[in-house]
Amino acid sequence: MDLTGLDAEVLAPVGARTQWEVGGPPPAGAREVHAPAGVLAYEPADMTITVGAGTSYDELDRVLAEQGQECALDPRDRRATVGGILACGLSGTRRLRHGPVRDHVLEVRFETGDGQRVKGGGPTVKNVTGYDLPRLFVGSLGTLGILQQATLRCRPRLPYARWFAAEDTTSVYRPSTRLWAGAEEHVLIEGVRTDVDAQGARFAAHGHMPALPVGEHRGRISVAPGVVRDCAHALGSDVRWCAELGVGTIHVAADAGAALSDARAVAHAHGGWLLREAGGEPEDDGFGRELPNIDLMRRIKTAFDPAGRLNPGRLPLDAVVAS
Amino acid sequence: MYARDAGVAVGSAAAVCFPADAGEVAAAVRVALRHGRPFVARGSGTGLAGGATPLDDPVVIVTTQMNRVLDIDTDARVAWVEPGVLNLDLSRAVAHLGLHYAPDPSSQQACTIGGNVGTNAGGPHCLAEGVTSAHVLAVDVVLADGSATRLGGLEPDSPGYDLRGCFVGSEGTMGIATRVAVRLTADPPRVATMLCAFDSVDAAAATVSGVIAAGVLPAALEMMDARITRAVEDFVGAGFPRNAEAVLLVEVDGLDGGVDEQVGAIERVATANAATLVRVAADETERALLWKGRKSAFGAIARIAPDYYLHDAVVPRTKLVNVLRQVYAIAEAHDLIVMNVFHAGDGNLHPLLVFDRREPGVWDRVYAAGTEILDACLSAGGVLTGEHGVGVEKRDLMPRMFSADDLDAQARLRDAFDPDGFANPEKVLPRGSRCGEMQRVPEGAWI
Repeated sequence: MDLTGLDAEVLAPVGARTQWEVGGPPPAGAREVHAPAGVLAYEPADMTITVGAGTSYDELDRVLAEQGQECALDPRDRRATVGGILACGLSGTRRLRHGPVRDHVLEVRFETGDGQRVKGGGPTVKNVTGYDLPRLFVGSLGTLGILQQATLRCRPRLPYARWFAAEDTTSVYRPSTRLWAGAEEHVLIEGVRTDVDAQGARFAAHGHMPALPVGEHRGRISVAPGVVRDCAHALGSDVRWCAELGVGTIHVAADAGAALSDARAVAHAHGGWLLREAGGEPEDDGFGRELPNIDLMRRIKTAFDPAGRLNPGRLPLDAVVAS
Repeated sequence: MYARDAGVAVGSAAAVCFPADAGEVAAAVRVALRHGRPFVARGSGTGLAGGATPLDDPVVIVTTQMNRVLDIDTDARVAWVEPGVLNLDLSRAVAHLGLHYAPDPSSQQACTIGGNVGTNAGGPHCLAEGVTSAHVLAVDVVLADGSATRLGGLEPDSPGYDLRGCFVGSEGTMGIATRVAVRLTADPPRVATMLCAFDSVDAAAATVSGVIAAGVLPAALEMMDARITRAVEDFVGAGFPRNAEAVLLVEVDGLDGGVDEQVGAIERVATANAATLVRVAADETERALLWKGRKSAFGAIARIAPDYYLHDAVVPRTKLVNVLRQVYAIAEAHDLIVMNVFHAGDGNLHPLLVFDRREPGVWDRVYAAGTEILDACLSAGGVLTGEHGVGVEKRDLMPRMFSADDLDAQARLRDAFDPDGFANPEKVLPRGSRCGEMQRVPEGAWI
């Protein structure tokens, strides 16, 4: 990828378009740029892998699985690219055990809006050398740089996984996820088979991965884990939802944009917020509230993209549309 | 006392203050700004990279008076603490709830949570649990302009850029933490701590690589070489074998099946690498004693020589055998004694060069050997620091790891937080990091 010669244009990095509507709308008339795909380095004994940002999660997972490893980014659509997953920063449902997307990233290489090629972080599993550009990059929605490659931390793939269902699964040691859509909790337990079965012995065996809500208008609420049940109960009947207990994410979907706006108001009332993932009302800026510390965020944006060429509008750093 | 931290750099403070709350921190920052003076945040001063060393005659703001655990939410497993709370005190405060704070630096009896946030501190148990940044949910800060705000939050994601992630590990160059929300971790139902001994450092290092390659990720995996093992035995009598050339302290935790399987896998790898001893601690007393030995290592060194210079670098775990050989060879070439006690599981080396500063010219040799060791680590695909930070110690080595454009990008981020450079100046980034900085024409020099 070489961005020289594209000096004057507005640029929009494109992965697999599986999360294309996340956040603010894509810039109109932007030149689309694609990152290279493929595994650049993989040393299983170091549990690190370096891939081109255009590599799909499906491909990444296939390569890691051959060595009994994984990187639990868990996008909803496995065609999503590593670059897209990092730029959107949406963690998968096994976050409770495996951590958020940002904790899986060791090194990023990207090109800034003014054409500097930058490496941030480092290739080892532990590193505090210099400022944490990888974490800054995760969730920045392509507004600070065009990602070219990333080094990710891998883990041994746990040998056995099973879903259970129960009224209350808080006593499970290190569950991978606890999903709740209003009735029983569904808990995923991963590990050695004897441990998984022993932990699940007191629960019903009919647990399963509940389907995450689908619909034309979709988003995720982020609230403190302590209020996730209250927040979910307060959602209108026209909103389908599934909550990640212990995390504070509530996946929501609706058939009308107005319902998504109502869900956002509920999130705000519970001290959280809602990120639009798809659809929404025409004036929806993806966030529905002024970003916290917006002056500081504007200075960071200007520092990495002084001319505002990278994905303008994806983050509401200028005007804020009331929800 | 406030002219340095536990590293080697010495500075001088214009004033030292001990705020009692966030308002007083902000007031201290504003006073410094009004007088055109920079400010430096300081916890217990246990940092090893000179991050808290006052340069440019700053106001030193010491947070040790702000040492209250403010709130513990058992259900959400979150605690709000003031920055001066000691790391171990936090774990003690939640122990009765079956919880602990996972990052556990060797200095955890003395170091503060605020300092841990500043350096993005690690510790033995960060192998499985991750370093400080993975355990900090939100930070209330006073920024470099004296304003107060919250970065991050208790909700899983914050809208916009991850400012919390930027702040953690920024070594006081983006502001001062006044309250920290940390994630608490459930105590494991079972813990097995193993002691393995070897006739060679190579065999121990190969075991480390072999354990990771076997798909086992222990809770902690520490290595000590012969010199440090004997020094620790003389100091605390932890039960380490005095005749071993290297020992590994390996801990696995979790449920019975997983613990048994991992203990078995580690035994097999150690045995295949000709371990002379593989023992699982029989009870909590023995386990605590083994860890006391490991965490007393730096205290024990005083018995060998009066001074030591401790490095902190990380190499890929597959390169441990080769890099350790180079570390010993470099020390020998400079006629120095090196001891190794480190977080082997994540490749985080801590070579200790021990010396007596009264010996003429010795510091030059120590410094030269230290730099060569870092170069060897970088050549093996490693990084300059794994958990201690850059501070002033490694500041001028940054160009060995980062290009001019890389450093410029880091400087842009730092400047976005602190445009006028008042927060802990002269740290982390070497002069000349900003593109064009070297070419800047002095005022009045028209050309």
